[in-house]
Amino acid sequence: MIQFLGGDGRILGDLPLSHEELVRGYRALQRVRVFDERAVSLQRQGRLGVYAPYTGQEAAQVGPALALGEGDWLVPSYRETGAALIRGLPTYQALLYWRADPAGWCYPDGLRIVPFYIPIATQLPHAVGIASAGSYLGEDWVALTFVGDGGSSEGDFHEALNFAAVWGTPTVFVVQNNGWAISVPTESQMKNTCIADRAAGYGVPGVTVDGNDLVAMWVVAREAVERARAGGGPTLIEAMTYRLAPHTTSDDPSRYRADEEVERWRQRDPIERLRRVLDDLGLWDAEQDAEFLRELRVEFDEAVRRADKAPELEPQELVEHVFETMGPDQLEAWGVLRER
Amino acid sequence: MSSKRWVPISSRLGGSSVNVDTQQQTSVRTLNLVQALNDALDVALEQDRRVLVFGEDVGRMGGVFRVADGLQAKHGKERVFDTPLAEAGIVGYGIGLALAGLRPVAEIQFACFLYPALEQIISHLGRYRHRTRGRFTIPMVVRAPYGGGVHMPELHADSPEGILAQVPGVKVVIPSDPERAKGLLLAAIDDPDPVFFLEAIKLYRSTRVEVPEGNYLHPLGCARVVRRGDAVSLVAYGGMVEVCMKAAEVASREGVELEVIDLETLVPLDFDTVLASVRKTGRAVVVYEAPRTGGFGAEIAARLADEAIFDLDGPVVRVAGWDAPYPSFASVEHHYRPDAKRVLEAVRQVLTR
Repeated sequence: MIQFLGGDGRILGDLPLSHEELVRGYRALQRVRVFDERAVSLQRQGRLGVYAPYTGQEAAQVGPALALGEGDWLVPSYRETGAALIRGLPTYQALLYWRADPAGWCYPDGLRIVPFYIPIATQLPHAVGIASAGSYLGEDWVALTFVGDGGSSEGDFHEALNFAAVWGTPTVFVVQNNGWAISVPTESQMKNTCIADRAAGYGVPGVTVDGNDLVAMWVVAREAVERARAGGGPTLIEAMTYRLAPHTTSDDPSRYRADEEVERWRQRDPIERLRRVLDDLGLWDAEQDAEFLRELRVEFDEAVRRADKAPELEPQELVEHVFETMGPDQLEAWGVLRER
Repeated sequence: MSSKRWVPISSRLGGSSVNVDTQQQTSVRTLNLVQALNDALDVALEQDRRVLVFGEDVGRMGGVFRVADGLQAKHGKERVFDTPLAEAGIVGYGIGLALAGLRPVAEIQFACFLYPALEQIISHLGRYRHRTRGRFTIPMVVRAPYGGGVHMPELHADSPEGILAQVPGVKVVIPSDPERAKGLLLAAIDDPDPVFFLEAIKLYRSTRVEVPEGNYLHPLGCARVVRRGDAVSLVAYGGMVEVCMKAAEVASREGVELEVIDLETLVPLDFDTVLASVRKTGRAVVVYEAPRTGGFGAEIAARLADEAIFDLDGPVVRVAGWDAPYPSFASVEHHYRPDAKRVLEAVRQVLTR
């Protein structure tokens, strides 16, 4: 398992990131954590729909997001709101997605993120197609996609990796192995619990990384992205992490896992680990931290206000955008719904 | 409406085809369905760099029915290529290409093999435009041979058009004639939305007609009256149009003129053409080869009940596959797939009741 930070935040050997990058990485982790915490809180207040938190998994998704270049594509599952925020998804739109408001799917033009995928692993072949299109068009973009340990059981996982491998498409697959597919633990999901081992079967590089170590996640993803861009084909990255939170705000993890396990992983919190490094290097202090968190909360509150102003959908809009031009059936329904 | 009364005829089906042999007209180019579709793909590849053609055995071999024959040699391995054997992967991969701005044309080797791709079709192909309010669209064509009548092996002859027509956001086109097929396929490739293009295996090489060269489009969503008549409207598509034409030919010899409607596009449906015909004839038989229950013909019958009930002089009758799997058993296949005889029995039923 690739690791640059010890479980207690001690630095293991030379860090391949600059001090500026370490601070940037830390700020990114804090930013997505604040979103996550505040989103859960909004949901509890009834101001957000069902939400899929990623508490404890911030490094596993922020690292790969930071590794992408400007023209690259992010193809996320529903667990990667954090990665999308780092790639430029406006916060108010992320909130609107989790409010089931149409503006939450209608990303700004030019933003190379596709909206979150609910059906498990179905996004993976799309990432292969997007990557392949770039090669065909002479673009140098890479498509980076996420899936979970549960998703690795799906047929689409296999088909996408095989397609990508056969054609050498510039696709980076990141598995967030958080130990649980809702209530099913990894050892009930697969016999060989090392998902990166499967890469050998496809003839592509596979690597297991400490998913709660931002330095490791960023550096390994960066290598994979650079290899893909240079024509070296896909990589399978397995991030060993843990979902400290429930599967969604509707889930009750006390029904399937022990508090001690959660507590053990809380000790490996990715943000705490990186903060200790910054402390040791004298790059960040408590005052800066407090000030930054204050800024993030202001930014979040601003996003909530903006989300609150999203226009309500008219009933007839539900039959719009089925096709570019409405067919006779949509037109008929549109007329009926407009009178509602 | 006693003029429409029809004296039942005996079964005199089979024998010579009613198709006109155009091969002797050496001055015009006549193509069968496979050749016309090949021509359409060639034209599309020629005129639009964004078009890519792919599927199982499509590249080197040109597809098991040779619809892509010669296209890889002409347009290159980058644009016409084989995929690994994985239908969900093929559709999912195509969706990715389309998201990034290309115009994928995927071949699924047989419509029965679409089933592993249903998740991609239902969850993404048909929903992407809607869920992203038009921000992302999937201008993709999925071609697949469908239907029976030629003693294919097990699970090679299903007619899953009803399943596809139930998926909001995808169009469904089923041509019955080479000239129409070329223009419809070019229109499908040109379309901003995903289109399923189902090709009746029975028709692939059965007839040749004059097919213009170059690019021409037949708009999607337009049904055609392919034979005029006043007694009963036969509503069909794809492989069943030939069957209905044969039935109409036989009835005509008895002085009964059947009108035959070829829907061509199931989604979006041009119901007005059906309605106009049924309002004229007062009677309708809907013919399709998928299992009867919940099939696309049931939708036609339901709409006739909605909109034409007071114009009807008899029941709307469906002639369809039986509610059983399409038989893998050659000796009884002809009992499953509707033929002219069964269509004529239904015609008799709606005329005499």
